[in-house]
Amino acid sequence: MKKWLPYLLFASTVLSVTALLATSANGQEHESQEPFPKVENAAWHSECSGCHMLYHPALLPTRSWKKIMGGLDQHFGENASLDAAQREEITRFLTSHAADRQLNARSRRIVQSIPPDDAPLRFSSTLYFIAHHDEIPNTLYQRKSIGSASHCAACHHGAEQGEFSESTVRIPR
Amino acid sequence: MRNVFASCLCLAALNAPAAPFQELLGQYETQARQENPAFNGFSAARGKRFYEEKRVASSGRQSGCFDCHSPNPAQPGKTHANKIIDPMAVSANSKRFTDLQKTEKWFRRNCADLIGRACTAQEKGDFIEFLAHYK
Ligand code: HEC
Ligand code: HEC
Ligand code: HEC
Repeated sequence: MKKWLPYLLFASTVLSVTALLATSANGQEHESQEPFPKVENAAWHSECSGCHMLYHPALLPTRSWKKIMGGLDQHFGENASLDAAQREEITRFLTSHAADRQLNARSRRIVQSIPPDDAPLRFSSTLYFIAHHDEIPNTLYQRKSIGSASHCAACHHGAEQGEFSESTVRIPR
Repeated sequence: MRNVFASCLCLAALNAPAAPFQELLGQYETQARQENPAFNGFSAARGKRFYEEKRVASSGRQSGCFDCHSPNPAQPGKTHANKIIDPMAVSANSKRFTDLQKTEKWFRRNCADLIGRACTAQEKGDFIEFLAHYK
């Protein structure tokens, strides 16, 4: 009987180490499940939600927001121009909560996924987005209930509040 | 008591101010007279043609007001970024044309994008006239 004890111990150690590794890998893959911090600005809310859902400022770095806000008259093929006062106010708001000003793990990883000389206009073109959505075929975005990858809120119900945890994802029919 | 209450309601209805969109139309009318001394009123029929006209957006996309605002303005529309737009017809959405700044902002953007210039006060008034009486 005693002969088996070391083997048993060894086996259980292997098992628990594997379990530990698995959780940490999982933890990395899904980041922390913390939502982005709550933010609010009335001008941003009313001016940036007419054509699409509100995109949380923690999704893109300062340089991206500056570029987006500097080109609103030709914004993804549409005219989203604002008067100077509102444009400046919203730029200040977005840049002060941008991904590179955030301490949360998700924003840090987003920033790490963007080459330093690049200022993407779309979160949905970042390597971070691509890596986390690699199981979604392009045809799925074309469903009527979704429309495009930019329509985050179709699958992430708390997207406008900065909530993207795995448990809140639901892909509509 | 009931009667007093009922007659109060009736009086209130009689004294009700003009619908807010009429205030806005009045402002466009003043402007239209300045733009064109021969101005002779807004026309819902012209507004309907304007709404339904096919246009090419600055991005090259086939579009028109009906594109995002739905061919039936009493129905909700949808933007190219998949956001639902509340109906444009005042009969289906009483908030329409109640805020000059908002109305002007969207005329500015959508006219520049689809027509390549600012809309005239005549065009704006016709457009609102059509949507204010659409059933
Ligand atoms: C006139 C309509 C309009 C307005 C107003 C507007 N946008 Fe957009 N925006 C669009 C369109 C169209 C797209 C492309 C969506 C798509 O491809 O499905 C877009 C996409 C975006 C994206 C990229 C989303 C992605 O794919 O990751 C960001 C970021 C964005 N907008 C920010 C803003 C901000 C900030 C404001 C307010 C200052 C704003 N938008 C106002 C029309 C608009
Ligand atoms: C077609 C549905 C769909 C759309 C549209 C979509 N996502 Fe996702 N997203 C998913 C799925 C599925 C996952 C993977 C869930 C998982 O396994 O964690 C995911 C993962 C994520 C994650 C990582 C979550 C985590 O902790 O693992 C983030 C952040 C995210 N999405 C943000 C966005 C943003 C921002 C947009 C819009 C620009 C967007 N998504 C559009 C379905 C979608
Ligand atoms: C690319 C999509 C798109 C097209 C095409 C479009 N609009 Fe709009 N329009 C919008 C959005 C988005 C809003 C703001 C959302 C809302 O008011 O519910 C809006 C709002 C408006 C408003 C504000 C109404 C109010 O409540 O005061 C007016 C006026 C307007 N549009 C006129 C036009 C005219 C005129 C055309 C055609 C020349 C046109 N639109 C074409 C997207 C569009």
